[in-house]
Amino acid sequence: MIRRGGRRGGVVAAGLLTGALLGLGFPAPARADPEADRIGFRSYFQQRFPDVPAEAWIDGMYAIDEGARQQWQEIEDFPPYEFTVEEGQALFQDPFGDGRSYGDCFPDAGRGIRQRYPRFDSETGEVETLEVAINGCRARHGEPALSYDSKEMLALTAWIAYASRGRPMAVEVPDDARALAAYEEGKRFYYTKRGRLDMACVDCHGRYAGAFIRGDHLSASLGHPTHFPVYRLKLGGMVSLHKRFHGCIRDVGAEPFDEQSREFRRLEYFLTYMSNGLEANGPAVRK
Amino acid sequence: MRLITSAAFVAGIVAFAPPSGSADAPSLLAGEVTPAGLAQGRDIAFDRGKGNCLACHVIADGQLPGNIGPPLMAMKLRFPDPDRLRAQIWDASARNPETIMPPFGKHRILTGEEIDLVVAYLYSL
Ligand code: HEC
Ligand code: HEC
Repeated sequence: MIRRGGRRGGVVAAGLLTGALLGLGFPAPARADPEADRIGFRSYFQQRFPDVPAEAWIDGMYAIDEGARQQWQEIEDFPPYEFTVEEGQALFQDPFGDGRSYGDCFPDAGRGIRQRYPRFDSETGEVETLEVAINGCRARHGEPALSYDSKEMLALTAWIAYASRGRPMAVEVPDDARALAAYEEGKRFYYTKRGRLDMACVDCHGRYAGAFIRGDHLSASLGHPTHFPVYRLKLGGMVSLHKRFHGCIRDVGAEPFDEQSREFRRLEYFLTYMSNGLEANGPAVRK
Repeated sequence: MRLITSAAFVAGIVAFAPPSGSADAPSLLAGEVTPAGLAQGRDIAFDRGKGNCLACHVIADGQLPGNIGPPLMAMKLRFPDPDRLRAQIWDASARNPETIMPPFGKHRILTGEEIDLVVAYLYSL
Protein backbone atom coordinates (compact mmCIF):
# COMPACT_ATOMS: atom_id res chain seq x y z
CA MET A 1 0.00 0.00 0.00
CA ILE A 2 2.67 2.47 0.99
CA ARG A 3 4.80 1.40 -1.93
CA ARG A 4 2.04 2.34 -4.34
CA GLY A 5 1.22 5.53 -2.50
CA GLY A 6 3.53 8.25 -1.28
CA ARG A 7 7.15 7.47 -0.60
CA ARG A 8 7.36 9.04 2.78
CA GLY A 9 3.94 8.03 3.93
CA GLY A 10 5.08 6.23 7.02
CA VAL A 11 7.08 9.20 8.15
CA VAL A 12 4.22 11.55 7.50
CA ALA A 13 1.69 9.40 9.28
CA ALA A 14 3.94 9.11 12.28
CA GLY A 15 4.70 12.81 12.19
CA LEU A 16 1.06 13.71 12.08
CA LEU A 17 0.15 11.47 14.92
CA THR A 18 2.76 12.89 17.19
CA GLY A 19 2.69 16.41 15.81
CA ALA A 20 0.20 19.16 16.06
CA LEU A 21 -2.35 20.24 13.48
CA LEU A 22 -2.86 23.96 13.40
CA GLY A 23 -1.84 24.12 16.99
CA LEU A 24 -4.26 21.52 18.22
CA GLY A 25 -2.75 18.23 19.24
CA PHE A 26 -3.82 15.36 17.07
CA PRO A 27 -4.46 12.16 19.01
CA ALA A 28 -1.44 9.97 19.59
CA PRO A 29 -2.67 6.80 21.24
CA ALA A 30 0.16 4.64 22.47
CA ARG A 31 -1.38 1.49 20.99
CA ALA A 32 -4.15 0.82 18.51
CA ASP A 33 -7.28 2.11 20.12
CA PRO A 34 -10.06 3.00 17.67
CA GLU A 35 -12.26 4.54 20.32
CA ALA A 36 -9.49 6.86 21.53
CA ASP A 37 -8.85 7.77 17.87
CA ARG A 38 -12.51 8.56 17.33
CA ILE A 39 -12.77 10.81 20.34
CA GLY A 40 -9.62 12.65 19.30
CA PHE A 41 -10.74 12.94 15.69
CA ARG A 42 -14.08 14.37 16.64
CA SER A 43 -12.79 16.79 19.22
CA TYR A 44 -10.18 18.04 16.76
CA PHE A 45 -12.93 19.37 14.51
CA GLN A 46 -15.08 20.52 17.39
CA GLN A 47 -12.24 22.59 18.78
CA ARG A 48 -11.44 24.11 15.42
CA PHE A 49 -15.09 24.83 14.63
CA PRO A 50 -16.72 25.48 18.00
CA ASP A 51 -19.78 27.02 16.33
CA VAL A 52 -20.60 23.93 14.30
CA PRO A 53 -22.96 21.67 16.25
CA ALA A 54 -21.67 18.11 16.45
CA GLU A 55 -24.63 16.70 14.53
CA ALA A 56 -24.11 19.08 11.59
CA TRP A 57 -20.94 17.36 10.34
CA ILE A 58 -23.04 14.87 8.39
CA ASP A 59 -23.72 17.63 5.87
CA GLY A 60 -20.18 17.90 4.55
CA MET A 61 -19.16 21.38 3.45
CA TYR A 62 -22.64 22.70 4.26
CA ALA A 63 -21.81 22.26 7.93
CA ILE A 64 -19.36 25.12 7.60
CA ASP A 65 -20.65 27.12 4.65
CA GLU A 66 -23.74 29.07 5.75
CA GLY A 67 -24.26 30.69 2.37
CA ALA A 68 -24.15 27.49 0.37
CA ARG A 69 -26.20 25.68 3.00
CA GLN A 70 -29.43 27.55 2.24
CA GLN A 71 -29.26 26.91 -1.46
CA TRP A 72 -28.47 23.29 -0.80
CA GLN A 73 -31.41 22.88 1.57
CA GLU A 74 -33.76 24.13 -1.13
CA ILE A 75 -32.46 21.41 -3.42
CA GLU A 76 -32.82 18.78 -0.69
CA ASP A 77 -36.50 19.78 -0.37
CA PHE A 78 -37.11 18.26 -3.81
CA PRO A 79 -34.28 15.78 -3.92
CA PRO A 80 -33.05 14.63 -7.31
CA TYR A 81 -32.33 11.19 -5.83
CA GLU A 82 -35.96 10.52 -5.00
CA PHE A 83 -36.57 8.35 -8.02
CA THR A 84 -33.38 6.40 -7.39
CA VAL A 85 -34.52 5.62 -3.85
CA GLU A 86 -37.87 4.33 -5.15
CA GLU A 87 -36.13 2.26 -7.75
CA GLY A 88 -33.89 0.80 -5.07
CA GLN A 89 -36.83 -0.13 -2.90
CA ALA A 90 -38.44 -1.96 -5.81
CA LEU A 91 -35.18 -3.75 -6.61
CA PHE A 92 -34.79 -4.74 -2.98
CA GLN A 93 -38.16 -6.44 -3.05
CA ASP A 94 -37.83 -7.99 -6.49
CA PRO A 95 -37.58 -11.76 -6.24
CA PHE A 96 -34.37 -13.46 -7.42
CA GLY A 97 -34.49 -16.40 -9.80
CA ASP A 98 -34.83 -18.74 -6.82
CA GLY A 99 -37.84 -16.87 -5.51
CA ARG A 100 -35.98 -15.31 -2.59
CA SER A 101 -35.00 -11.66 -2.32
CA TYR A 102 -32.61 -9.35 -0.48
CA GLY A 103 -34.93 -9.54 2.49
CA ASP A 104 -33.61 -13.08 3.01
CA CYS A 105 -30.10 -11.75 3.54
CA PHE A 106 -30.74 -8.52 5.41
CA PRO A 107 -32.80 -8.15 8.59
CA ASP A 108 -35.85 -5.93 9.02
CA ALA A 109 -36.61 -5.77 5.31
CA GLY A 110 -33.45 -3.73 4.83
CA ARG A 111 -34.52 -0.91 7.13
CA GLY A 112 -32.12 0.50 9.71
CA ILE A 113 -29.07 -1.48 8.65
CA ARG A 114 -26.84 1.10 6.93
CA GLN A 115 -25.27 2.33 10.16
CA ARG A 116 -23.64 -1.06 10.83
CA TYR A 117 -21.58 -1.04 7.62
CA PRO A 118 -18.81 -1.59 6.94
CA ARG A 119 -18.49 -4.55 9.28
CA PHE A 120 -15.66 -6.92 9.93
CA ASP A 121 -16.45 -10.38 8.59
CA SER A 122 -14.72 -12.84 10.89
CA GLU A 123 -15.25 -15.69 8.41
CA THR A 124 -13.33 -14.07 5.57
CA GLY A 125 -11.19 -11.88 7.80
CA GLU A 126 -12.10 -8.95 5.56
CA VAL A 127 -13.99 -5.70 5.79
CA GLU A 128 -17.47 -6.12 4.35
CA THR A 129 -19.05 -2.98 2.97
CA LEU A 130 -22.73 -2.73 2.14
CA GLU A 131 -21.91 -3.14 -1.54
CA VAL A 132 -19.97 -6.33 -0.89
CA ALA A 133 -22.81 -7.62 1.30
CA ILE A 134 -25.29 -6.96 -1.52
CA ASN A 135 -23.22 -8.92 -4.01
CA GLY A 136 -22.66 -11.65 -1.42
CA CYS A 137 -26.41 -11.99 -1.08
CA ARG A 138 -26.79 -12.19 -4.84
CA ALA A 139 -24.13 -14.89 -5.05
CA ARG A 140 -25.88 -16.97 -2.42
CA HIS A 141 -29.03 -16.83 -4.50
CA GLY A 142 -27.39 -17.63 -7.79
CA GLU A 143 -27.44 -14.10 -9.19
CA PRO A 144 -24.50 -12.48 -10.98
CA ALA A 145 -22.65 -9.71 -9.13
CA LEU A 146 -23.67 -6.14 -9.81
CA SER A 147 -20.93 -3.84 -10.93
CA TYR A 148 -20.18 -1.31 -8.23
CA ASP A 149 -21.01 1.70 -10.34
CA SER A 150 -24.16 0.21 -11.87
CA LYS A 151 -27.49 1.99 -11.56
CA GLU A 152 -28.85 -1.01 -9.67
CA MET A 153 -26.10 -0.99 -7.05
CA LEU A 154 -26.43 2.74 -6.51
CA ALA A 155 -30.22 2.47 -6.28
CA LEU A 156 -30.03 -0.36 -3.74
CA THR A 157 -27.51 1.43 -1.56
CA ALA A 158 -29.50 4.67 -1.87
CA TRP A 159 -32.66 2.95 -0.67
CA ILE A 160 -30.93 1.18 2.20
CA ALA A 161 -29.32 4.48 3.23
CA TYR A 162 -32.68 6.20 3.05
CA ALA A 163 -34.39 3.49 5.09
CA SER A 164 -31.71 3.92 7.78
CA ARG A 165 -31.83 7.67 8.16
CA GLY A 166 -31.54 8.91 11.69
CA ARG A 167 -29.73 5.84 13.04
CA PRO A 168 -26.41 6.70 14.67
CA MET A 169 -23.47 5.18 12.82
CA ALA A 170 -22.40 2.12 14.81
CA VAL A 171 -19.44 0.45 13.16
CA GLU A 172 -17.60 -2.07 15.29
CA VAL A 173 -13.96 -3.11 15.41
CA PRO A 174 -14.29 -6.44 17.18
CA ASP A 175 -11.63 -7.81 19.47
CA ASP A 176 -9.85 -9.62 16.67
CA ALA A 177 -6.29 -8.86 15.61
CA ARG A 178 -7.29 -8.99 11.94
CA ALA A 179 -10.03 -6.41 12.42
CA LEU A 180 -7.70 -4.10 14.24
CA ALA A 181 -5.08 -4.57 11.50
CA ALA A 182 -7.67 -3.67 8.83
CA TYR A 183 -8.66 -0.59 10.78
CA GLU A 184 -5.04 0.44 11.24
CA GLU A 185 -4.36 0.05 7.55
CA GLY A 186 -7.33 2.26 6.70
CA LYS A 187 -6.06 4.81 9.13
CA ARG A 188 -2.57 4.73 7.65
CA PHE A 189 -4.06 5.24 4.20
CA TYR A 190 -5.81 8.36 5.40
CA TYR A 191 -2.58 9.94 6.63
CA THR A 192 -0.35 8.85 3.74
CA LYS A 193 0.83 11.41 1.27
CA ARG A 194 0.64 10.14 -2.26
CA GLY A 195 0.85 11.06 -5.89
CA ARG A 196 2.66 13.73 -7.84
CA LEU A 197 1.12 16.39 -5.63
CA ASP A 198 2.14 14.45 -2.54
CA MET A 199 -1.02 15.02 -0.55
CA ALA A 200 -2.92 12.98 2.01
CA CYS A 201 -6.64 12.90 2.77
CA VAL A 202 -5.88 14.53 6.10
CA ASP A 203 -4.24 17.48 4.37
CA CYS A 204 -7.40 18.59 2.59
CA HIS A 205 -10.13 17.18 4.82
CA GLY A 206 -8.36 17.43 8.19
CA ARG A 207 -5.84 20.18 8.57
CA TYR A 208 -7.29 22.50 5.94
CA ALA A 209 -10.97 21.61 6.24
CA GLY A 210 -12.84 24.89 6.05
CA ALA A 211 -10.28 26.48 3.74
CA PHE A 212 -10.73 27.11 0.04
CA ILE A 213 -8.74 25.27 -2.58
CA ARG A 214 -9.35 27.48 -5.60
CA GLY A 215 -13.13 27.90 -5.51
CA ASP A 216 -13.81 24.70 -3.56
CA HIS A 217 -14.64 24.83 0.11
CA LEU A 218 -13.01 21.84 1.79
CA SER A 219 -15.28 19.72 3.95
CA ALA A 220 -14.20 17.79 7.03
CA SER A 221 -13.74 14.02 6.95
CA LEU A 222 -15.89 13.83 10.03
CA GLY A 223 -19.30 12.86 8.67
CA HIS A 224 -18.15 11.96 5.18
CA PRO A 225 -19.38 8.38 5.14
CA THR A 226 -22.78 9.09 6.69
CA HIS A 227 -24.53 10.39 3.59
CA PHE A 228 -23.51 8.21 0.67
CA PRO A 229 -24.36 7.51 -2.07
CA VAL A 230 -24.60 11.09 -3.21
CA TYR A 231 -26.35 12.75 -6.12
CA ARG A 232 -23.78 15.03 -7.71
CA LEU A 233 -25.26 18.01 -9.48
CA LYS A 234 -22.07 18.38 -11.50
CA LEU A 235 -22.43 14.88 -12.92
CA GLY A 236 -26.20 14.62 -12.88
CA GLY A 237 -26.10 11.23 -11.21
CA MET A 238 -25.36 9.14 -8.14
CA VAL A 239 -21.84 8.42 -6.95
CA SER A 240 -20.60 6.02 -4.31
CA LEU A 241 -18.19 6.84 -1.51
CA HIS A 242 -15.47 4.87 -3.25
CA LYS A 243 -16.02 6.81 -6.45
CA ARG A 244 -15.30 9.93 -4.42
CA PHE A 245 -12.15 8.39 -2.95
CA HIS A 246 -11.15 7.52 -6.50
CA GLY A 247 -11.65 11.08 -7.73
CA CYS A 248 -9.70 12.70 -4.89
CA ILE A 249 -6.79 10.32 -5.34
CA ARG A 250 -6.71 10.88 -9.08
CA ASP A 251 -6.71 14.63 -8.44
CA VAL A 252 -3.48 14.43 -6.48
CA GLY A 253 -1.86 12.60 -9.37
CA ALA A 254 -1.75 9.18 -7.75
CA GLU A 255 -2.96 5.93 -9.20
CA PRO A 256 -6.40 5.33 -7.71
CA PHE A 257 -7.58 2.00 -6.38
CA ASP A 258 -10.71 0.31 -7.67
CA GLU A 259 -14.06 0.67 -6.02
CA GLN A 260 -14.37 -1.98 -3.32
CA SER A 261 -10.66 -2.73 -3.44
CA ARG A 262 -9.27 -3.95 -0.16
CA GLU A 263 -7.56 -0.58 0.32
CA PHE A 264 -10.75 1.43 -0.14
CA ARG A 265 -12.80 -0.90 2.06
CA ARG A 266 -10.28 -0.47 4.84
CA LEU A 267 -10.21 3.28 4.35
CA GLU A 268 -14.01 3.31 4.58
CA TYR A 269 -13.80 1.18 7.72
CA PHE A 270 -11.53 3.68 9.43
CA LEU A 271 -13.43 6.74 8.25
CA THR A 272 -16.82 5.36 9.17
CA TYR A 273 -15.61 4.39 12.60
CA MET A 274 -14.49 8.02 13.03
CA SER A 275 -18.10 9.05 12.31
CA ASN A 276 -19.66 6.64 14.80
CA GLY A 277 -22.44 8.30 16.74
CA LEU A 278 -23.35 10.67 13.89
CA GLU A 279 -26.63 10.02 12.14
CA ALA A 280 -26.86 8.11 8.90
CA ASN A 281 -28.39 10.59 6.45
CA GLY A 282 -27.93 9.26 2.96
CA PRO A 283 -28.51 9.78 0.20
CA ALA A 284 -27.58 13.43 -0.15
CA VAL A 285 -27.05 16.11 -2.79
CA ARG A 286 -23.64 17.61 -3.44
CA LYS A 287 -22.18 19.98 -5.99
CA MET B 1 25.17 32.28 -3.08
CA ARG B 2 23.89 30.24 -5.99
CA LEU B 3 21.74 32.27 -8.32
CA ILE B 4 19.04 30.71 -10.35
CA THR B 5 21.29 28.65 -12.52
CA SER B 6 19.00 27.44 -15.25
CA ALA B 7 17.56 30.88 -15.88
CA ALA B 8 20.06 31.53 -18.62
CA PHE B 9 18.62 28.73 -20.71
CA VAL B 10 15.10 29.98 -20.63
CA ALA B 11 13.60 31.89 -23.46
CA GLY B 12 12.35 35.16 -22.09
CA ILE B 13 15.06 35.48 -19.49
CA VAL B 14 18.12 37.31 -20.63
CA ALA B 15 21.37 35.68 -19.56
CA PHE B 16 23.06 37.61 -16.84
CA ALA B 17 26.50 37.72 -15.38
CA PRO B 18 27.10 36.09 -11.99
CA PRO B 19 26.31 38.58 -9.26
CA SER B 20 29.20 40.37 -7.65
CA GLY B 21 27.50 40.63 -4.27
CA SER B 22 24.53 38.80 -2.83
CA ALA B 23 22.73 41.84 -1.48
CA ASP B 24 21.64 43.14 -4.86
CA ALA B 25 20.96 39.75 -6.40
CA PRO B 26 17.18 39.77 -6.22
CA SER B 27 16.73 43.13 -7.87
CA LEU B 28 19.28 42.17 -10.46
CA LEU B 29 17.30 39.06 -11.18
CA ALA B 30 13.99 40.84 -11.55
CA GLY B 31 15.68 43.50 -13.60
CA GLU B 32 17.00 40.92 -16.05
CA VAL B 33 13.68 39.28 -16.83
CA THR B 34 11.88 40.45 -19.93
CA PRO B 35 8.17 41.29 -19.80
CA ALA B 36 7.54 38.18 -21.86
CA GLY B 37 9.38 36.10 -19.26
CA LEU B 38 7.31 37.59 -16.47
CA ALA B 39 4.12 36.84 -18.40
CA GLN B 40 5.28 33.27 -18.86
CA GLY B 41 6.02 32.96 -15.16
CA ARG B 42 2.58 34.30 -14.35
CA ASP B 43 0.94 31.83 -16.73
CA ILE B 44 2.79 28.91 -15.15
CA ALA B 45 1.79 30.06 -11.66
CA PHE B 46 -1.88 30.45 -12.61
CA ASP B 47 -2.38 27.48 -14.95
CA ARG B 48 -4.34 24.71 -13.25
CA GLY B 49 -2.33 22.09 -15.08
CA LYS B 50 1.02 23.65 -14.13
CA GLY B 51 1.80 25.50 -10.89
CA ASN B 52 -1.81 26.12 -9.97
CA CYS B 53 -0.43 28.21 -7.12
CA LEU B 54 -3.76 30.02 -7.07
CA ALA B 55 -5.34 26.85 -5.69
CA CYS B 56 -3.80 27.77 -2.36
CA HIS B 57 -2.40 31.31 -2.58
CA VAL B 58 -3.78 34.74 -3.29
CA ILE B 59 -1.56 36.19 -6.05
CA ALA B 60 -2.04 39.67 -7.47
CA ASP B 61 -5.04 39.69 -9.84
CA GLY B 62 -5.42 35.90 -10.00
CA GLN B 63 -9.07 34.81 -10.06
CA LEU B 64 -10.70 32.47 -7.54
CA PRO B 65 -7.70 32.01 -5.28
CA GLY B 66 -7.73 29.54 -2.43
CA ASN B 67 -6.57 30.45 1.07
CA ILE B 68 -4.62 27.41 2.22
CA GLY B 69 -1.23 29.13 2.08
CA PRO B 70 -0.20 32.75 2.76
CA PRO B 71 -0.79 35.41 0.07
CA LEU B 72 2.22 35.68 -2.22
CA MET B 73 3.03 39.37 -2.05
CA ALA B 74 6.04 41.57 -1.31
CA MET B 75 8.16 38.57 -2.17
CA LYS B 76 11.47 40.39 -2.45
CA LEU B 77 11.00 41.65 1.05
CA ARG B 78 10.07 38.32 2.51
CA PHE B 79 12.45 36.22 0.42
CA PRO B 80 15.51 38.38 -0.15
CA ASP B 81 17.41 35.21 -1.03
CA PRO B 82 16.14 33.81 -4.36
CA ASP B 83 17.65 30.44 -3.53
CA ARG B 84 15.30 30.12 -0.62
CA LEU B 85 12.31 31.06 -2.72
CA ARG B 86 13.35 28.59 -5.37
CA ALA B 87 13.91 25.88 -2.75
CA GLN B 88 10.44 26.51 -1.31
CA ILE B 89 8.89 25.83 -4.71
CA TRP B 90 11.27 23.01 -5.60
CA ASP B 91 10.45 21.01 -2.46
CA ALA B 92 8.40 22.66 0.26
CA SER B 93 8.62 19.48 2.33
CA ALA B 94 12.31 20.10 2.99
CA ARG B 95 11.34 22.96 5.26
CA ASN B 96 8.09 21.49 6.51
CA PRO B 97 7.75 17.70 6.14
CA GLU B 98 4.01 17.89 6.73
CA THR B 99 3.32 20.65 4.24
CA ILE B 100 0.41 20.32 1.84
CA MET B 101 2.33 22.31 -0.78
CA PRO B 102 3.39 20.00 -3.62
CA PRO B 103 7.12 19.47 -4.27
CA PHE B 104 7.01 21.04 -7.72
CA GLY B 105 10.63 20.42 -8.67
CA LYS B 106 11.29 17.20 -6.85
CA HIS B 107 8.19 15.55 -8.34
CA ARG B 108 8.74 17.09 -11.77
CA ILE B 109 5.45 18.92 -11.79
CA LEU B 110 7.44 21.88 -13.09
CA THR B 111 10.85 21.92 -14.76
CA GLY B 112 13.72 23.88 -13.27
CA GLU B 113 13.25 26.47 -16.00
CA GLU B 114 9.58 26.84 -15.24
CA ILE B 115 10.34 27.31 -11.56
CA ASP B 116 12.85 30.02 -12.43
CA LEU B 117 10.19 31.83 -14.41
CA VAL B 118 7.77 31.58 -11.50
CA VAL B 119 10.43 32.92 -9.13
CA ALA B 120 11.09 35.84 -11.47
CA TYR B 121 7.38 36.56 -11.69
CA LEU B 122 6.96 36.40 -7.90
CA TYR B 123 9.82 38.84 -7.48
CA SER B 124 8.01 41.30 -9.69
CA LEU B 125 5.08 41.39 -7.25
C1 HEC C 1 -6.27 18.28 -3.07
C2 HEC C 1 -7.25 18.27 -2.05
C3 HEC C 1 -7.94 16.97 -1.69
C4 HEC C 1 -7.38 15.79 -1.27
C5 HEC C 1 -5.91 15.47 -1.05
C6 HEC C 1 -8.48 14.89 -1.02
N1 HEC C 1 -9.66 15.50 -1.31
FE1 HEC C 1 -11.52 14.74 -1.00
N2 HEC C 1 -12.36 16.43 -1.78
C7 HEC C 1 -11.66 17.55 -2.19
C8 HEC C 1 -12.59 18.56 -2.66
C9 HEC C 1 -12.22 19.94 -3.21
C10 HEC C 1 -13.88 18.00 -2.51
C11 HEC C 1 -15.22 18.67 -2.83
C12 HEC C 1 -15.59 19.64 -1.75
C13 HEC C 1 -15.85 18.96 -0.43
O1 HEC C 1 -16.93 18.41 -0.22
O2 HEC C 1 -14.94 18.92 0.42
C14 HEC C 1 -13.70 16.67 -1.93
C15 HEC C 1 -14.74 15.81 -1.60
C16 HEC C 1 -14.59 14.61 -0.94
C17 HEC C 1 -15.67 13.78 -0.47
C18 HEC C 1 -17.16 14.08 -0.61
C19 HEC C 1 -17.65 14.90 0.55
C20 HEC C 1 -19.15 14.96 0.67
O3 HEC C 1 -19.65 15.60 1.61
O4 HEC C 1 -19.87 14.37 -0.10
C21 HEC C 1 -15.11 12.69 0.13
C22 HEC C 1 -15.82 11.53 0.78
C23 HEC C 1 -13.67 12.85 0.03
N3 HEC C 1 -13.39 14.02 -0.62
C24 HEC C 1 -12.75 11.94 0.54
C25 HEC C 1 -11.37 12.04 0.38
C26 HEC C 1 -10.42 11.03 0.78
C27 HEC C 1 -10.77 9.73 1.47
C28 HEC C 1 -9.19 11.46 0.41
C29 HEC C 1 -7.88 10.76 0.47
C30 HEC C 1 -7.81 9.46 -0.11
C31 HEC C 1 -9.37 12.78 -0.16
N4 HEC C 1 -10.69 13.09 -0.19
C32 HEC C 1 -8.33 13.59 -0.58
C33 HEC C 1 -10.29 17.71 -2.15
C34 HEC C 1 -9.38 16.76 -1.74
C1 HEC D 1 -2.09 22.72 -2.10
C2 HEC D 1 -1.67 23.97 -1.57
C3 HEC D 1 -0.54 24.77 -2.17
C4 HEC D 1 -0.17 24.93 -3.50
C5 HEC D 1 -0.82 24.34 -4.73
C6 HEC D 1 0.95 25.83 -3.48
N1 HEC D 1 1.27 26.18 -2.21
FE1 HEC D 1 2.76 27.45 -1.63
N2 HEC D 1 2.28 27.12 0.33
C7 HEC D 1 1.22 26.38 0.79
C8 HEC D 1 1.21 26.42 2.24
C9 HEC D 1 0.20 25.73 3.15
C10 HEC D 1 2.29 27.22 2.64
C11 HEC D 1 2.71 27.59 4.08
C12 HEC D 1 3.95 26.89 4.49
C13 HEC D 1 3.75 25.40 4.71
O1 HEC D 1 2.69 24.98 5.19
O2 HEC D 1 4.66 24.65 4.39
C14 HEC D 1 2.94 27.65 1.41
C15 HEC D 1 4.04 28.47 1.38
C16 HEC D 1 4.56 29.03 0.22
C17 HEC D 1 5.62 30.01 0.20
C18 HEC D 1 6.29 30.59 1.41
C19 HEC D 1 5.51 31.78 1.83
C20 HEC D 1 5.99 32.38 3.10
O3 HEC D 1 5.64 33.53 3.33
O4 HEC D 1 6.67 31.71 3.87
C21 HEC D 1 5.86 30.32 -1.10
C22 HEC D 1 6.86 31.31 -1.65
C23 HEC D 1 4.95 29.52 -1.91
N3 HEC D 1 4.19 28.76 -1.07
C24 HEC D 1 4.89 29.55 -3.28
C25 HEC D 1 4.08 28.73 -4.04
C26 HEC D 1 4.11 28.68 -5.48
C27 HEC D 1 4.98 29.56 -6.35
C28 HEC D 1 3.21 27.74 -5.88
C29 HEC D 1 2.88 27.24 -7.26
C30 HEC D 1 3.95 26.97 -8.15
C31 HEC D 1 2.60 27.22 -4.67
N4 HEC D 1 3.16 27.85 -3.58
C32 HEC D 1 1.61 26.26 -4.64
C33 HEC D 1 0.33 25.68 0.00
C34 HEC D 1 0.38 25.57 -1.37
